[in-house]
Amino acid sequence: MTSNGDFSSGHPRPTRRAPSGERPEAFRGRPPGYLSHVLTPKPRGRLSEAVIDHLVDRAPLPADPLEVLDHDEDLQLALWTVYELAYRGFDDVDDAMEWDPDLLRVRRDLEQVFEAELRARCTQPETDDVVTALFDIAESDDGPSLAHHVQRKATKEQVLQLLRMRSVYHLKEADPTTWTLPRLTGRARAALVELQYDEFGAGRPDRVHQDLFARGLQACGIDPASRRLVDEAPVQVLRQNNALSLFGLHRRLRGASLGHLAAFEATSSVPSRRMARGIQRLGLPQEMADYYLEHVEADAIHEQLAIREICAPLVEGEPHLAGDVLLGAAVCVALEADLAEHLLEEWSA
Amino acid sequence: MSQGPEPRPDVILCPGGPMLLRGDHVVQDADGVGHATTRPVSAVCRCLRSATSPWCDGTHKLLPPEQRPA
Repeated sequence: MTSNGDFSSGHPRPTRRAPSGERPEAFRGRPPGYLSHVLTPKPRGRLSEAVIDHLVDRAPLPADPLEVLDHDEDLQLALWTVYELAYRGFDDVDDAMEWDPDLLRVRRDLEQVFEAELRARCTQPETDDVVTALFDIAESDDGPSLAHHVQRKATKEQVLQLLRMRSVYHLKEADPTTWTLPRLTGRARAALVELQYDEFGAGRPDRVHQDLFARGLQACGIDPASRRLVDEAPVQVLRQNNALSLFGLHRRLRGASLGHLAAFEATSSVPSRRMARGIQRLGLPQEMADYYLEHVEADAIHEQLAIREICAPLVEGEPHLAGDVLLGAAVCVALEADLAEHLLEEWSA
Repeated sequence: MSQGPEPRPDVILCPGGPMLLRGDHVVQDADGVGHATTRPVSAVCRCLRSATSPWCDGTHKLLPPEQRPA
Protein backbone atom coordinates (compact mmCIF):
# COMPACT_ATOMS: atom_id res chain seq x y z
CA MET A 1 0.00 0.00 0.00
CA THR A 2 1.15 3.51 -0.65
CA SER A 3 -1.35 4.62 1.88
CA ASN A 4 0.20 7.35 3.90
CA GLY A 5 3.39 8.70 5.24
CA ASP A 6 4.83 10.88 2.50
CA PHE A 7 1.82 12.93 1.61
CA SER A 8 1.98 15.54 4.29
CA SER A 9 5.73 16.07 3.98
CA GLY A 10 5.25 18.36 0.97
CA HIS A 11 2.54 20.32 2.74
CA PRO A 12 3.84 21.79 5.97
CA ARG A 13 0.96 22.01 8.38
CA PRO A 14 1.54 24.35 11.27
CA THR A 15 -1.02 22.90 13.62
CA ARG A 16 -1.51 22.66 17.33
CA ARG A 17 -1.02 18.94 17.39
CA ALA A 18 1.91 17.34 19.15
CA PRO A 19 4.83 17.18 16.71
CA SER A 20 5.58 13.55 17.45
CA GLY A 21 2.06 12.52 16.50
CA GLU A 22 1.84 10.45 19.65
CA ARG A 23 -0.11 11.17 22.79
CA PRO A 24 1.08 13.84 25.13
CA GLU A 25 2.35 12.38 28.39
CA ALA A 26 -0.67 13.70 30.26
CA PHE A 27 -2.99 11.35 28.37
CA ARG A 28 -1.12 8.19 29.19
CA GLY A 29 -2.56 5.87 31.77
CA ARG A 30 -6.18 6.36 30.83
CA PRO A 31 -8.34 3.29 31.33
CA PRO A 32 -8.42 0.92 28.34
CA GLY A 33 -10.89 1.88 25.68
CA TYR A 34 -11.49 5.29 27.19
CA LEU A 35 -10.15 7.06 24.14
CA SER A 36 -8.83 5.09 21.25
CA HIS A 37 -7.68 7.85 18.94
CA VAL A 38 -6.61 10.92 20.77
CA LEU A 39 -5.07 12.90 17.93
CA THR A 40 -6.30 13.44 14.40
CA PRO A 41 -4.85 10.99 11.87
CA LYS A 42 -2.29 11.71 9.17
CA PRO A 43 -3.96 12.94 5.98
CA ARG A 44 -3.91 10.66 2.94
CA GLY A 45 -4.76 13.19 0.25
CA ARG A 46 -5.90 16.77 -0.36
CA LEU A 47 -9.43 16.30 0.93
CA SER A 48 -8.53 14.54 4.16
CA GLU A 49 -5.86 17.19 4.72
CA ALA A 50 -8.43 19.97 4.20
CA VAL A 51 -10.85 18.30 6.62
CA ILE A 52 -8.21 17.80 9.30
CA ASP A 53 -6.93 21.37 8.87
CA HIS A 54 -10.48 22.61 9.27
CA LEU A 55 -10.94 20.54 12.41
CA VAL A 56 -7.70 21.57 14.04
CA ASP A 57 -7.19 25.13 12.75
CA ARG A 58 -10.57 26.11 11.30
CA ALA A 59 -8.99 26.43 7.85
CA PRO A 60 -11.79 26.94 5.28
CA LEU A 61 -13.13 23.82 3.60
CA PRO A 62 -13.29 23.53 -0.19
CA ALA A 63 -16.63 24.60 -1.70
CA ASP A 64 -16.86 21.29 -3.54
CA PRO A 65 -15.04 18.59 -1.58
CA LEU A 66 -15.22 16.17 -4.49
CA GLU A 67 -13.10 18.55 -6.60
CA VAL A 68 -10.11 18.10 -4.30
CA LEU A 69 -10.70 14.42 -3.73
CA ASP A 70 -7.59 12.46 -4.67
CA HIS A 71 -8.83 8.88 -4.42
CA ASP A 72 -11.10 6.61 -2.40
CA GLU A 73 -8.58 6.33 0.42
CA ASP A 74 -8.62 10.12 0.75
CA LEU A 75 -12.44 10.08 0.90
CA GLN A 76 -12.55 7.25 3.40
CA LEU A 77 -10.07 8.85 5.78
CA ALA A 78 -11.86 12.22 5.55
CA LEU A 79 -15.17 10.53 6.28
CA TRP A 80 -13.70 8.40 9.07
CA THR A 81 -12.25 11.50 10.73
CA VAL A 82 -15.57 13.36 10.60
CA TYR A 83 -17.44 10.34 11.95
CA GLU A 84 -14.99 9.92 14.81
CA LEU A 85 -16.23 13.23 16.23
CA ALA A 86 -19.51 11.45 17.03
CA TYR A 87 -17.70 8.71 19.00
CA ARG A 88 -14.70 9.87 20.96
CA GLY A 89 -13.43 12.98 19.26
CA PHE A 90 -9.79 14.04 19.19
CA ASP A 91 -7.68 15.80 21.75
CA ASP A 92 -6.58 18.36 19.15
CA VAL A 93 -10.14 19.19 18.02
CA ASP A 94 -12.84 21.23 19.76
CA ASP A 95 -15.75 18.89 20.61
CA ALA A 96 -18.19 21.48 19.19
CA MET A 97 -16.87 20.71 15.68
CA GLU A 98 -19.05 17.58 15.65
CA TRP A 99 -21.95 19.78 14.52
CA ASP A 100 -20.00 22.28 12.41
CA PRO A 101 -22.29 23.03 9.44
CA ASP A 102 -19.45 23.19 6.89
CA LEU A 103 -18.22 19.81 8.04
CA LEU A 104 -21.72 18.32 7.90
CA ARG A 105 -22.03 19.53 4.29
CA VAL A 106 -18.78 17.78 3.39
CA ARG A 107 -19.87 14.67 5.26
CA ARG A 108 -23.12 14.53 3.30
CA ASP A 109 -21.30 14.84 -0.03
CA LEU A 110 -18.89 12.03 0.88
CA GLU A 111 -21.66 9.84 2.26
CA GLN A 112 -23.62 10.17 -0.98
CA VAL A 113 -20.64 8.89 -2.98
CA PHE A 114 -20.00 6.00 -0.58
CA GLU A 115 -23.63 4.96 -0.21
CA ALA A 116 -24.21 4.99 -3.98
CA GLU A 117 -21.18 2.77 -4.45
CA LEU A 118 -22.33 0.31 -1.78
CA ARG A 119 -25.83 0.17 -3.22
CA ALA A 120 -24.54 -0.39 -6.75
CA ARG A 121 -22.38 -3.27 -5.57
CA CYS A 122 -24.41 -4.94 -2.82
CA THR A 123 -28.13 -4.49 -3.49
CA GLN A 124 -29.83 -7.90 -3.18
CA PRO A 125 -32.79 -9.45 -4.99
CA GLU A 126 -36.16 -8.97 -3.29
CA THR A 127 -37.44 -11.78 -1.09
CA ASP A 128 -40.29 -12.55 1.27
CA ASP A 129 -38.05 -14.56 3.56
CA VAL A 130 -35.56 -12.21 5.17
CA VAL A 131 -34.41 -14.78 7.76
CA THR A 132 -33.31 -17.32 5.13
CA ALA A 133 -31.82 -14.59 2.95
CA LEU A 134 -29.71 -13.28 5.86
CA PHE A 135 -28.36 -16.74 6.72
CA ASP A 136 -27.65 -17.30 3.00
CA ILE A 137 -25.73 -14.02 2.71
CA ALA A 138 -23.67 -14.90 5.78
CA GLU A 139 -22.92 -18.37 4.41
CA SER A 140 -22.09 -16.96 0.98
CA ASP A 141 -18.96 -15.61 2.64
CA ASP A 142 -16.84 -18.34 1.05
CA GLY A 143 -13.82 -16.30 -0.01
CA PRO A 144 -10.38 -16.60 1.54
CA SER A 145 -10.67 -16.27 5.31
CA LEU A 146 -8.33 -14.32 7.53
CA ALA A 147 -9.33 -16.47 10.50
CA HIS A 148 -8.33 -19.65 8.62
CA HIS A 149 -4.95 -18.16 7.84
CA VAL A 150 -4.47 -17.05 11.45
CA GLN A 151 -5.42 -20.48 12.78
CA ARG A 152 -2.97 -22.44 10.65
CA LYS A 153 -0.30 -20.39 8.93
CA ALA A 154 0.02 -16.76 9.96
CA THR A 155 3.22 -15.49 11.53
CA LYS A 156 3.17 -13.63 14.82
CA GLU A 157 3.87 -10.36 12.97
CA GLN A 158 0.92 -10.94 10.64
CA VAL A 159 -1.45 -11.62 13.53
CA LEU A 160 -0.28 -8.52 15.40
CA GLN A 161 -0.76 -6.49 12.22
CA LEU A 162 -4.30 -7.86 11.87
CA LEU A 163 -5.09 -7.13 15.53
CA ARG A 164 -3.95 -3.53 15.08
CA MET A 165 -6.28 -3.24 12.09
CA ARG A 166 -9.18 -4.85 13.92
CA SER A 167 -8.72 -2.33 16.72
CA VAL A 168 -10.25 0.39 14.53
CA TYR A 169 -13.59 -1.35 14.98
CA HIS A 170 -13.18 -3.52 18.06
CA LEU A 171 -12.29 -0.56 20.29
CA LYS A 172 -15.74 0.82 19.49
CA GLU A 173 -17.39 -2.54 19.09
CA ALA A 174 -21.19 -2.34 19.13
CA ASP A 175 -21.14 1.46 19.38
CA PRO A 176 -22.32 2.22 15.82
CA THR A 177 -25.32 -0.11 16.15
CA THR A 178 -26.33 1.65 19.36
CA TRP A 179 -27.21 4.74 17.30
CA THR A 180 -29.99 2.65 15.73
CA LEU A 181 -31.72 1.85 19.00
CA PRO A 182 -34.00 4.90 19.36
CA ARG A 183 -35.14 4.42 15.76
CA LEU A 184 -36.82 1.08 16.55
CA THR A 185 -40.01 0.03 18.27
CA GLY A 186 -41.41 -3.02 20.03
CA ARG A 187 -39.83 -6.42 19.68
CA ALA A 188 -36.85 -5.35 17.54
CA ARG A 189 -35.97 -2.61 20.01
CA ALA A 190 -36.22 -4.89 23.06
CA ALA A 191 -34.11 -7.61 21.41
CA LEU A 192 -31.45 -5.14 20.28
CA VAL A 193 -31.14 -3.94 23.88
CA GLU A 194 -30.78 -7.57 24.97
CA LEU A 195 -27.98 -8.12 22.47
CA GLN A 196 -26.23 -4.84 23.22
CA TYR A 197 -26.47 -5.46 26.96
CA ASP A 198 -24.34 -8.55 26.42
CA GLU A 199 -21.89 -6.60 24.20
CA PHE A 200 -21.51 -4.02 26.93
CA GLY A 201 -20.78 -6.60 29.63
CA ALA A 202 -24.30 -7.34 30.96
CA GLY A 203 -23.74 -4.91 33.81
CA ARG A 204 -20.16 -6.05 34.44
CA PRO A 205 -17.56 -3.45 33.46
CA ASP A 206 -14.86 -6.15 33.25
CA ARG A 207 -16.84 -7.93 30.50
CA VAL A 208 -17.38 -4.97 28.12
CA HIS A 209 -16.26 -6.38 24.79
CA GLN A 210 -14.37 -3.30 23.60
CA ASP A 211 -12.42 -3.24 26.87
CA LEU A 212 -11.64 -6.97 26.56
CA PHE A 213 -10.05 -6.13 23.22
CA ALA A 214 -8.16 -3.14 24.67
CA ARG A 215 -6.76 -5.40 27.41
CA GLY A 216 -5.77 -7.99 24.81
CA LEU A 217 -3.95 -5.31 22.81
CA GLN A 218 -2.11 -4.08 25.88
CA ALA A 219 -1.08 -7.63 26.75
CA CYS A 220 0.36 -7.87 23.21
CA GLY A 221 2.34 -4.68 23.81
CA ILE A 222 0.09 -2.51 21.61
CA ASP A 223 -1.13 0.83 22.97
CA PRO A 224 -4.89 0.94 22.35
CA ALA A 225 -4.80 4.75 22.32
CA SER A 226 -2.07 5.10 19.71
CA ARG A 227 -2.91 7.21 16.68
CA ARG A 228 -0.78 4.83 14.65
CA LEU A 229 -3.54 2.22 14.74
CA VAL A 230 -5.61 4.40 12.41
CA ASP A 231 -2.64 5.72 10.45
CA GLU A 232 -1.66 2.14 9.58
CA ALA A 233 -5.15 0.96 8.76
CA PRO A 234 -5.58 0.23 5.06
CA VAL A 235 -8.49 1.74 3.17
CA GLN A 236 -10.41 -1.56 3.44
CA VAL A 237 -10.55 -1.16 7.23
CA LEU A 238 -11.69 2.46 6.97
CA ARG A 239 -14.42 1.40 4.55
CA GLN A 240 -15.68 -1.25 6.99
CA ASN A 241 -15.72 1.28 9.80
CA ASN A 242 -17.37 3.99 7.72
CA ALA A 243 -20.12 1.68 6.50
CA LEU A 244 -21.06 0.96 10.12
CA SER A 245 -21.13 4.65 11.00
CA LEU A 246 -23.06 5.57 7.86
CA PHE A 247 -25.73 2.96 8.62
CA GLY A 248 -25.77 3.71 12.33
CA LEU A 249 -25.97 7.49 12.22
CA HIS A 250 -28.83 7.80 9.70
CA ARG A 251 -32.29 6.84 10.89
CA ARG A 252 -33.15 6.32 7.22
CA LEU A 253 -30.60 3.49 7.10
CA ARG A 254 -31.74 1.63 10.23
CA GLY A 255 -32.51 -1.44 8.13
CA ALA A 256 -28.96 -1.55 6.75
CA SER A 257 -27.54 -1.05 10.24
CA LEU A 258 -29.39 -4.09 11.57
CA GLY A 259 -28.72 -6.21 8.47
CA HIS A 260 -25.03 -5.43 8.92
CA LEU A 261 -25.26 -6.46 12.56
CA ALA A 262 -26.92 -9.75 11.58
CA ALA A 263 -24.25 -10.66 9.02
CA PHE A 264 -21.44 -9.56 11.31
CA GLU A 265 -22.67 -11.78 14.14
CA ALA A 266 -23.45 -14.66 11.79
CA THR A 267 -19.90 -14.67 10.43
CA SER A 268 -18.17 -14.35 13.79
CA SER A 269 -18.56 -17.42 15.98
CA VAL A 270 -16.59 -20.05 14.04
CA PRO A 271 -13.93 -17.54 12.82
CA SER A 272 -13.48 -16.34 16.43
CA ARG A 273 -12.58 -19.87 17.49
CA ARG A 274 -10.05 -20.05 14.64
CA MET A 275 -8.58 -16.70 15.72
CA ALA A 276 -8.26 -17.91 19.33
CA ARG A 277 -6.53 -21.11 18.19
CA GLY A 278 -4.08 -19.17 16.02
CA ILE A 279 -3.31 -16.75 18.83
CA GLN A 280 -2.66 -19.68 21.17
CA ARG A 281 -0.59 -21.53 18.51
CA LEU A 282 1.72 -18.52 18.27
CA GLY A 283 2.03 -18.11 22.04
CA LEU A 284 0.45 -14.65 22.01
CA PRO A 285 -1.11 -13.51 25.31
CA GLN A 286 -4.12 -15.41 26.61
CA GLU A 287 -5.97 -12.11 27.17
CA MET A 288 -6.23 -11.74 23.40
CA ALA A 289 -7.32 -15.35 22.92
CA ASP A 290 -9.95 -14.74 25.64
CA TYR A 291 -11.44 -11.88 23.66
CA TYR A 292 -12.05 -14.23 20.73
CA LEU A 293 -13.20 -17.13 22.93
CA GLU A 294 -15.82 -14.82 24.43
CA HIS A 295 -17.12 -14.23 20.90
CA VAL A 296 -17.39 -17.92 20.04
CA GLU A 297 -20.23 -18.29 22.52
CA ALA A 298 -21.62 -14.74 22.50
CA ASP A 299 -21.93 -14.46 18.74
CA ALA A 300 -23.54 -17.89 18.38
CA ILE A 301 -26.36 -16.33 20.43
CA HIS A 302 -26.22 -12.89 18.86
CA GLU A 303 -26.59 -14.17 15.30
CA GLN A 304 -29.85 -15.88 16.17
CA LEU A 305 -31.10 -12.84 18.07
CA ALA A 306 -30.04 -10.43 15.34
CA ILE A 307 -31.68 -12.37 12.53
CA ARG A 308 -34.75 -13.84 14.20
CA GLU A 309 -35.57 -11.38 16.96
CA ILE A 310 -34.32 -8.08 15.52
CA CYS A 311 -34.29 -8.09 11.70
CA ALA A 312 -37.36 -10.30 11.24
CA PRO A 313 -39.67 -8.20 13.48
CA LEU A 314 -38.23 -4.99 11.99
CA VAL A 315 -39.19 -6.09 8.49
CA GLU A 316 -42.53 -7.41 9.71
CA GLY A 317 -43.35 -3.96 11.05
CA GLU A 318 -41.69 -1.99 8.24
CA PRO A 319 -41.66 -4.19 5.11
CA HIS A 320 -40.14 -1.42 2.99
CA LEU A 321 -36.89 -1.85 4.96
CA ALA A 322 -36.30 -5.44 3.74
CA GLY A 323 -34.06 -4.32 0.89
CA ASP A 324 -31.86 -2.24 3.19
CA VAL A 325 -31.58 -5.08 5.73
CA LEU A 326 -30.18 -7.34 3.02
CA LEU A 327 -28.02 -4.52 1.67
CA GLY A 328 -26.42 -4.02 5.08
CA ALA A 329 -25.72 -7.73 5.40
CA ALA A 330 -24.19 -7.94 1.92
CA VAL A 331 -22.02 -4.87 2.60
CA CYS A 332 -20.68 -6.49 5.77
CA VAL A 333 -19.66 -9.64 3.90
CA ALA A 334 -18.26 -7.79 0.86
CA LEU A 335 -16.11 -5.36 2.82
CA GLU A 336 -14.63 -8.14 4.97
CA ALA A 337 -13.85 -10.09 1.79
CA ASP A 338 -12.05 -7.01 0.43
CA LEU A 339 -9.84 -6.83 3.51
CA ALA A 340 -9.12 -10.56 3.45
CA GLU A 341 -8.17 -10.42 -0.21
CA HIS A 342 -5.91 -7.42 0.35
CA LEU A 343 -4.11 -8.84 3.37
CA LEU A 344 -3.71 -12.39 2.10
CA GLU A 345 -2.27 -11.04 -1.13
CA GLU A 346 0.13 -8.80 0.79
CA TRP A 347 1.19 -11.70 3.01
CA SER A 348 1.70 -14.13 0.15
CA ALA A 349 3.99 -11.71 -1.72
CA MET B 1 -59.05 -7.45 18.36
CA SER B 2 -56.54 -8.28 21.05
CA GLN B 3 -54.73 -5.44 22.75
CA GLY B 4 -50.97 -5.12 22.98
CA PRO B 5 -48.17 -7.15 21.48
CA GLU B 6 -48.00 -10.92 21.86
CA PRO B 7 -45.86 -12.10 24.79
CA ARG B 8 -42.17 -12.56 24.12
CA PRO B 9 -41.02 -16.18 23.91
CA ASP B 10 -38.60 -17.36 26.62
CA VAL B 11 -37.46 -20.41 24.67
CA ILE B 12 -36.82 -20.21 20.94
CA LEU B 13 -36.02 -23.26 18.83
CA CYS B 14 -33.90 -22.00 15.95
CA PRO B 15 -34.33 -24.15 12.82
CA GLY B 16 -30.94 -25.65 11.94
CA GLY B 17 -29.38 -24.11 15.04
CA PRO B 18 -29.49 -23.89 18.82
CA MET B 19 -32.24 -23.36 21.37
CA LEU B 20 -32.26 -19.84 22.79
CA LEU B 21 -33.05 -19.46 26.48
CA ARG B 22 -33.94 -16.12 27.98
CA GLY B 23 -33.18 -15.51 31.64
CA ASP B 24 -31.40 -17.50 34.34
CA HIS B 25 -31.42 -21.28 34.09
CA VAL B 26 -29.33 -24.30 35.01
CA VAL B 27 -28.90 -26.65 32.06
CA GLN B 28 -28.09 -30.25 33.01
CA ASP B 29 -25.91 -32.02 30.44
CA ALA B 30 -25.96 -35.70 29.44
CA ASP B 31 -23.55 -36.54 32.27
CA GLY B 32 -25.82 -34.97 34.86
CA VAL B 33 -23.63 -31.91 35.34
CA GLY B 34 -25.45 -28.60 35.78
CA HIS B 35 -24.35 -25.50 33.88
CA ALA B 36 -25.72 -22.12 34.97
CA THR B 37 -26.47 -19.51 32.33
CA THR B 38 -24.40 -16.32 32.63
CA ARG B 39 -25.92 -14.11 29.93
CA PRO B 40 -29.25 -12.36 29.34
CA VAL B 41 -29.87 -14.86 26.52
CA SER B 42 -28.08 -18.20 26.13
CA ALA B 43 -27.90 -20.63 23.21
CA VAL B 44 -28.06 -24.35 24.01
CA CYS B 45 -26.41 -26.67 21.45
CA ARG B 46 -28.82 -28.92 19.56
CA CYS B 47 -26.45 -30.43 17.00
CA LEU B 48 -24.54 -32.21 19.81
CA ARG B 49 -21.19 -31.29 18.25
CA SER B 50 -20.37 -28.10 20.12
CA ALA B 51 -16.91 -27.91 21.70
CA THR B 52 -18.39 -25.74 24.47
CA SER B 53 -21.33 -28.02 25.25
CA PRO B 54 -23.99 -27.48 26.49
CA TRP B 55 -23.67 -24.06 24.84
CA CYS B 56 -23.75 -23.48 21.08
CA ASP B 57 -20.43 -22.55 19.46
CA GLY B 58 -21.67 -22.25 15.90
CA THR B 59 -20.43 -25.72 14.87
CA HIS B 60 -23.83 -26.58 13.34
CA LYS B 61 -22.94 -24.25 10.49
CA LEU B 62 -20.10 -26.53 9.46
CA LEU B 63 -22.52 -29.47 9.06
CA PRO B 64 -24.35 -30.22 5.83
CA PRO B 65 -27.89 -28.82 6.06
CA GLU B 66 -29.48 -32.29 6.40
CA GLN B 67 -27.39 -33.01 9.51
CA ARG B 68 -28.37 -29.81 11.28
CA PRO B 69 -31.08 -29.91 13.97
CA ALA B 70 -34.63 -29.61 12.68
